[in-house]
Amino acid sequence: MKFIKAKEVTYEYIRRDDDGNVEGINRAVDNVSLDVKEGDFITILGSNGSGKSTFAKHLNAILHPTEGSVWVNGMDTKEEDKTLAIRQSTGMVFQNPDNQIIGQVVEEDVAFGPENMGVKTEEIWERVEEALKTVGMTEYRKYSPNKLSGGQKQRISIAGVLAMHPKCIVLDEPTAMLDPSGRKEVIRALRALNEVEGITIILITHYMEEAIYSDKIFVMNKGQIVMEGNPKEIFSRVEELEEYKLEVPQITRLAYELKKKGFNLPDGILTEDELINAIKGL
Amino acid sequence: MPIVTDHLTLVYGEKTNLKTIALNDVSVKIDDGQFIGLIGHTGSGKTTFLQLISGLIKPKEGTVYLDGEDIFDRNFDTRVLRSKVGIVFQYPEHQLFEETVFKDVCFGPSNLGLEKKEVELRAYEALKMVGLDDNAFYQSPFDLSGGQKRRVAIAGVLAMKPKVMILDEPTAGLDPAGRKEILGLISKLQKEQNITIILVSHSMEDVAEYVERIIVINKGKIALDGTPKEVFGHSEELKSFGLALPQVTDAMIRLKNQGINVSTDVITINEAVQELSRVLR
Repeated sequence: MKFIKAKEVTYEYIRRDDDGNVEGINRAVDNVSLDVKEGDFITILGSNGSGKSTFAKHLNAILHPTEGSVWVNGMDTKEEDKTLAIRQSTGMVFQNPDNQIIGQVVEEDVAFGPENMGVKTEEIWERVEEALKTVGMTEYRKYSPNKLSGGQKQRISIAGVLAMHPKCIVLDEPTAMLDPSGRKEVIRALRALNEVEGITIILITHYMEEAIYSDKIFVMNKGQIVMEGNPKEIFSRVEELEEYKLEVPQITRLAYELKKKGFNLPDGILTEDELINAIKGL
Repeated sequence: MPIVTDHLTLVYGEKTNLKTIALNDVSVKIDDGQFIGLIGHTGSGKTTFLQLISGLIKPKEGTVYLDGEDIFDRNFDTRVLRSKVGIVFQYPEHQLFEETVFKDVCFGPSNLGLEKKEVELRAYEALKMVGLDDNAFYQSPFDLSGGQKRRVAIAGVLAMKPKVMILDEPTAGLDPAGRKEILGLISKLQKEQNITIILVSHSMEDVAEYVERIIVINKGKIALDGTPKEVFGHSEELKSFGLALPQVTDAMIRLKNQGINVSTDVITINEAVQELSRVLR
């Protein structure tokens, strides 16, 4: 089943001068069409200014397309009376955990979403408990969020979204400000949500290594989708990615360079295990 | 302008039950013109260390010497410190505020009491050093791309003519091309202007590629200090600090464990390509 459908979506930022006259139009998203199946793990890659974040904001009705349409869980985001239902089904997590955490205590923060949805108190606590357990943060429920590391804070942000029982979570560079172990924690939590709970994940990132577990990758450039495929297909196209100011994971690059030197390695090696096996087979 | 820290200690929330020793008896010497990578887990004390050596906060014990002078001495001129030790904070583009790029870069030196001509000359030179196009000088800094904005922010610090530049995760949030661009620029500044660079980074791959010395901070102490090869030779320790190895180093170690006789003294892709070509031929 298609959970998200975007049809010929275009979004323009309009710059105006002090008198309100149009000074310039910046087309951030340009005729994008894509489908996301329920339960998929999707990664969107693209350089700064390629339109990824602008597009992502269409997925829970923060922005509405200038042209074209977006359907989330069968609902057209243009219909205002659907906005709340859309935001419950698709939650968003942003880059900076400090801008998203509002509670004084971890469990209060996680309870904020369901509380605003009018969920009964007892059920709120059940949801908080379950959400914290899912991201592996139960033992920190009574902590002040200030005392947590970046990775832990991001997992609390994710728990806050989870407590609203979404079907899909969109994450806009959730690991950009984290150290290596924090990055791993967050990615591990996302994979578990996807595999165990079946939640659709849409991840935007600048770290290529984080994309290798996805079912499908979309690459954006200048507002358009320019590449689409599974990680192996995408990361086999090293030179094309570089044109779009991207790169391939270090391991993939290593395999690619060795191949250029004449070693008989397969295309699109993504993980250390794959590389080691391929080298042992030489 | 070497920086020496002498038994530097800082405690937060002393006499409360939240007492935390953020930095514990740190003595280290940073020589002129070095390119240093400072790494550590979130909460390890990196930021506290940076704030102390730039004189933004005062230590509980110990002190910092800049060019032999105690920066916490009452007679020390803090203006010297502010101009000689420049800091580029995380997401420095959030600090841009002027109408044009050029005015923004002028802001720092204009506070040093210099003549207008000198201020403008410095701003011009700084913008040239970061490689910004002339026609961007009179644009609003907010109309530039992420990588360009960051260049402008770095130029603002360069215009102060610092001897030491501290950069706190200067590539966070940039795409791969933007990351390479900024790191290349920093490396060029270190080589051509002989500016000491202290780079805080969470990317082991970037640190391996660019710096000449790595200082690892863990639990408020310096846990490891040496060349990238030396530091990345301590793989188990790094993992116990919540850090990682560059991906290629990790792959080489695993290859060796599986009986392929490769050297694990490899930290960049180029080195790995050479070593594997040698062994597999």
